[in-house]
Amino acid sequence: MNKSDDSAATPPRRDIKALVNAGLKRRHAAERRFRWYGLTAISLGLAFVVLMFANIIGKGYPAFWQTYIELPITFDAAVIDPAGTRDPETLANADYAALIRASLRGLFPQVEGRRDLRALYGLISSNAPHRLRGEILADPALIGTTQVIQVLASAEVDTLVKGNINRALDESLRPISDQEIAWIDQLTADGRLTKRFNTILFSNGDSREPEQAGIRGALMGSFYTLLITFLLSFPIGVASAVYLEEFAPKNRWTDLIEVNINNLAAVPSIVFGLLGLAVFINFFGLPRSAPLVGGLVLSLMTLPVIIIAGRAALTSVPPSIREAALGMGASKLQMVSHHVLPLAMPGMLTGSIIGMARALGESAPLLMIGMVAFIVDVPRGFTDPATVLPVQIYLWADLPERAFVERTSAAIMVLLGFMILMNGLAIVLRKRFERRW
Amino acid sequence: MRKQNIILAMAATCALAGVAHAQSARDYISIVGSSTVYPFSTTVAEHFGKANSKFKTPKVESTGTGGGLKLFCGGVGVQYPDMTNASRKIKSSEVENCAKNGVKEIVEVKIGYDGIVVASSKKTKPMSLTRKDLWLALAKEIPEPGTGKLVANPLKTWKDVNPELPAQKIEVLGPPPTSGTRDAFVELVMDEGCKDFPAIKDLAKSDDKKAKAACGAIREDGAYIEAGENDNLIVNKLVSNLNALGIFGFSFLDENLDKIQGETIDGVPPNFENIASGKYPVSRPLFFYVKKAHVAVIPGMKEYIAEFTSEKAAGNEGYLADKGLIPLPPAERKQVAADANSLKTMTP
Repeated sequence: MNKSDDSAATPPRRDIKALVNAGLKRRHAAERRFRWYGLTAISLGLAFVVLMFANIIGKGYPAFWQTYIELPITFDAAVIDPAGTRDPETLANADYAALIRASLRGLFPQVEGRRDLRALYGLISSNAPHRLRGEILADPALIGTTQVIQVLASAEVDTLVKGNINRALDESLRPISDQEIAWIDQLTADGRLTKRFNTILFSNGDSREPEQAGIRGALMGSFYTLLITFLLSFPIGVASAVYLEEFAPKNRWTDLIEVNINNLAAVPSIVFGLLGLAVFINFFGLPRSAPLVGGLVLSLMTLPVIIIAGRAALTSVPPSIREAALGMGASKLQMVSHHVLPLAMPGMLTGSIIGMARALGESAPLLMIGMVAFIVDVPRGFTDPATVLPVQIYLWADLPERAFVERTSAAIMVLLGFMILMNGLAIVLRKRFERRW
Repeated sequence: MRKQNIILAMAATCALAGVAHAQSARDYISIVGSSTVYPFSTTVAEHFGKANSKFKTPKVESTGTGGGLKLFCGGVGVQYPDMTNASRKIKSSEVENCAKNGVKEIVEVKIGYDGIVVASSKKTKPMSLTRKDLWLALAKEIPEPGTGKLVANPLKTWKDVNPELPAQKIEVLGPPPTSGTRDAFVELVMDEGCKDFPAIKDLAKSDDKKAKAACGAIREDGAYIEAGENDNLIVNKLVSNLNALGIFGFSFLDENLDKIQGETIDGVPPNFENIASGKYPVSRPLFFYVKKAHVAVIPGMKEYIAEFTSEKAAGNEGYLADKGLIPLPPAERKQVAADANSLKTMTP
């Protein structure tokens, strides 16, 4: 470089300083503005998240409590076991609803007429007789005694007690009549109404009666489905990532495969559902609505995510480790399995967990393979008909009964809880085990 | 163990591709079909499952009427559904498709009626609409006042439709074309509403098909908004948008009477009594179809049909009426129950 030329081109030092100073204010302002934009973007995003959570939690948290009505039930031997044989078959088939009706008539002797009595019996959930049967089968000695038993209140009572029905409205506009409100108020005054933690929500399968509906069936369905997904997609995904990254020659074929894997990761999930219907159900004849097929379809969807994450984790292992291992005389397989894979594993697991979290929240592909269904029995295996949590949310959101609104939100809260748990696990794994070079 | 079996089974089916299906016998009833019948069908399924400890609770899928019939008509065998719910009568093309796949004996069971309502937020003044008004407001092309020629629908407000209605923008939220509710709305409202226009009458004389298309076409310029199959969503949108009207099933109106109101159509307000008596013009029958060939194979099908047609379910005070189903008149109900329980098949 020509020194004299250089000095001639540059203006005197003081001029530079003035020039810089002149522009400084503008540059500072631009930076402040930019920070401000960023801050606004983040606070806007946070505001939406807070709004969504507040909305869901505000609507959903009452679903974790459930109203019960305390009734003095006389286990009349004449109704339950007229012959006195105590035969379990007789006990199981007895008319327990009659006991509840008798108890209600005892509490409200003034109610008469078929219509009014029907409304009165409607305060109690239709599953109450099953509960009494359970009590008697567990302890037949109760026959002939009078016990105070907490039975499940119907969804209308529950909604009213939770304040979700406007009492000020005209009677014809409410799902519950003035008379029923009067009965409920009397029960409240007598201290017979209690609110307890809603265990039914976690122990029951789906039901068309809101007070008896639970998410256990969907949770088990999600569990079986994700188990299949993990068992299939993790080993295959890791093996493909290792082969493509460490062993495969770099040529046009592997490039093509790479492009295709990246494409598959972006394919809309409903397409995988159609594929699942055509291949697994129509061709292989696997049962509809089964977690097995759901897991197969979701693993197709998760595989590309795991492969991409796995390859990224493998590339981040520095070449010096590979060279050192090879230099010490290790074979290529030993190099990969003893050194590279263990170091890349946390990254791979993180990727898989994020892929699984996505699979947990998926409902569109399951529509095609029949998992959008009403299933009461909790699935007990991979081929039992089942549904999954997001589908349960979708189905409940579509039902007319008001009491399903809070249960829908409660199910969303449970789903979000699992999502946070899984993503949290991914972060912990990354923080604890990932090594950076 | 189980997984191994499955892998073996898959290998075996690979070898026998298409010849044999590796599915074991099913011990529960599989039901598919209409999302409108779904709330009723599931209620019966649950009662059936609780009352009969011998049988498993049936599985009910919500696939839509058309999708359900397609699956139902796929063939005979445990991998195909045993029953399908429908919010309209089976079409002759579907019966043919069924027969082609070996599903020849079908039992049709009519379960009751469902009203389709046009509703708005409780905070607005109720409107009194006629089917003619609704057609004028929603048709893609309407006759020009002077010439009677069909032109793209220029009407912007309800006042343009009928001077007695308020000067409120036409904004109707309704189901998409895939929905059975939409089919029924077109058949019961649009086809009826267009009949008296001379332009349509002339068209019908020369080309019946064209006239039908002109009647049933719904405008696509933003006045009719396809709001998806979720009726709760439409209810919520009505509450926040006071200008909008919504089209959905009666049970959703019934459950949300504190928030929304149903508009009277042809002078009749939509309520339980009017729909049951047939006075309210926009109501349609609901059905389910049973594959007779499966009755001997799948346990519990006869009992399920008996439960669905029993007085305690489908009667005037049955539990389905509590869920919003409009029961059949008593005489018809008796006939339907008798036919269904004796598995009387449809005559083509």
